Amino acid sequence: MIRIENISKKFKRLQALDRVNVEFHKGQVVSLIGPNGSGKTTLIKCILGMVRPNSGRISVNNEYIGEDPRYKNDIGYMPQIGRYPDNMKVGQLFEMLENIRNQSADHLDKELIHQFHLTTIFEKPMRTLSGGTRQKVSAAVAFLFNPGILILDEPTAGLDPLASEILKEKILKEKRKGKLILITSHILSDLEELTTHIMYMQDGKMEFVKDMQTLREETGELRLSKAIAKIMKGESLGTTWIEKILNPGK
Amino acid sequence: MDRKNSESWKVKTKTMLKLSRYILYDILRNKIIIAYTLFLLVISISMFRMEENSSKAILSLMNIILIVLPLISLVFTTIHYYNSYEFIELMLSQPMSRTRILLSEYSGICISLLTSFFIGIGIPVLLYSPDATGIALLFTGSALTLVFTSLAFFASVISRDKAKGIGIALLLWFYFTLIYDGIVMLILFAFSDYPLEKFTLVLSALNPVDLGRIFIMLKMDVSALMGYTGALYKDFFGGGWGLLFTTGIMFLWVVLPLWVSVRYFKRKDL
Repeated sequence: MIRIENISKKFKRLQALDRVNVEFHKGQVVSLIGPNGSGKTTLIKCILGMVRPNSGRISVNNEYIGEDPRYKNDIGYMPQIGRYPDNMKVGQLFEMLENIRNQSADHLDKELIHQFHLTTIFEKPMRTLSGGTRQKVSAAVAFLFNPGILILDEPTAGLDPLASEILKEKILKEKRKGKLILITSHILSDLEELTTHIMYMQDGKMEFVKDMQTLREETGELRLSKAIAKIMKGESLGTTWIEKILNPGK
Repeated sequence: MDRKNSESWKVKTKTMLKLSRYILYDILRNKIIIAYTLFLLVISISMFRMEENSSKAILSLMNIILIVLPLISLVFTTIHYYNSYEFIELMLSQPMSRTRILLSEYSGICISLLTSFFIGIGIPVLLYSPDATGIALLFTGSALTLVFTSLAFFASVISRDKAKGIGIALLLWFYFTLIYDGIVMLILFAFSDYPLEKFTLVLSALNPVDLGRIFIMLKMDVSALMGYTGALYKDFFGGGWGLLFTTGIMFLWVVLPLWVSVRYFKRKDL
């Protein structure tokens, strides 16, 4: 569904993406992990056409992406930090997006709007919302149009445990429908129950993509965090960030 | 094929207008735009009240329009652009082309600034001085609003940093309202031995503020004070050609910066 061919991107001196090749298919939940600044968000933005890569190309649903933005009809995106026009009310935001997308009402997926009780704040302007509530709005927006591809950038960061659980349930539900879901997150325990594949990035390079089964077999570890830590050590990538996440006390 | 094209064009315009509507709604609730409207309204009403002769009031209003209007248009547009950066990002994740997003932003800002202008200056002028000079004033004011909004888009699209964007916008303002006149003076002074009348006509086209000033001045009686150049201007701008020339040049000043911004915006990383 998404094919990334030899993508490179340079921001001035920083090589944000370095010849990344990867392919994602329907029914996969791919966790994009790697240290801060490893190019995860840049890769996502390339797929969304927000960042123009220097070389290489990307195809979504078997079509190379270019000027025509219509391929985004099949993508739901939840940004890391969702910010919206200050004076716009929550209800208006949804109304506007529905207006722009022009999709028939019975195809809309308003489950998250109801589960997060967003209808109760429809009259509130966006600027009065807390960070967590904005995240809820972003999540509801991403799922609203029932897209075949979901791209979630740090979806659970900033959400309270209850909301985070609701979102995870929703992701699982969409996974069962055979959608492609791309997630970046630093909270590995959150990904554990969702993910089918792990893609690890560092310094703009894709280090590996492995499915969970292979990862577990190769490492002999059942838990995702431990498995990844083992891989890191085995391949001696010279990084300690993963250990910091595992043992924040030390 | 043609029909299909025009259909898709219709759909495109429709979605663009939809987006502009929300941008407009967002801006119109902005306190700055309300303050701007009130400011213009207070100034124009007090001008007309204080001056006995309405053409004197028009002259004072002209100076406001030529100096304050470009400044407000530039600064407001630049700040609005940077404040809606995240909104632009959100729109980019939707199936919207970049051209459409930028043009929606442009029309949203233009409509709100023009609305302020018409409430703040348009209504008083039409009430107190509804003659050719008044209309010329309104025409110039609207054209300058469009031109400087366009220039502000250029300034903000080419610079990622907010401070730099506003800096460039302010530099453009200094250039068009102060520096340019200085340069023209210098040229006219240095080459005063040569016949420069036609040349000054060209020079005026290179600065929308100057063009606007000449266009309004020639509708007043003061052009008699400008000597031979004034007569030449009067000859040129007085007729229908003058209006056509001014409209054409102003149009170019709107379209060119906007076109460059759209082209740049399309390739930009956000």
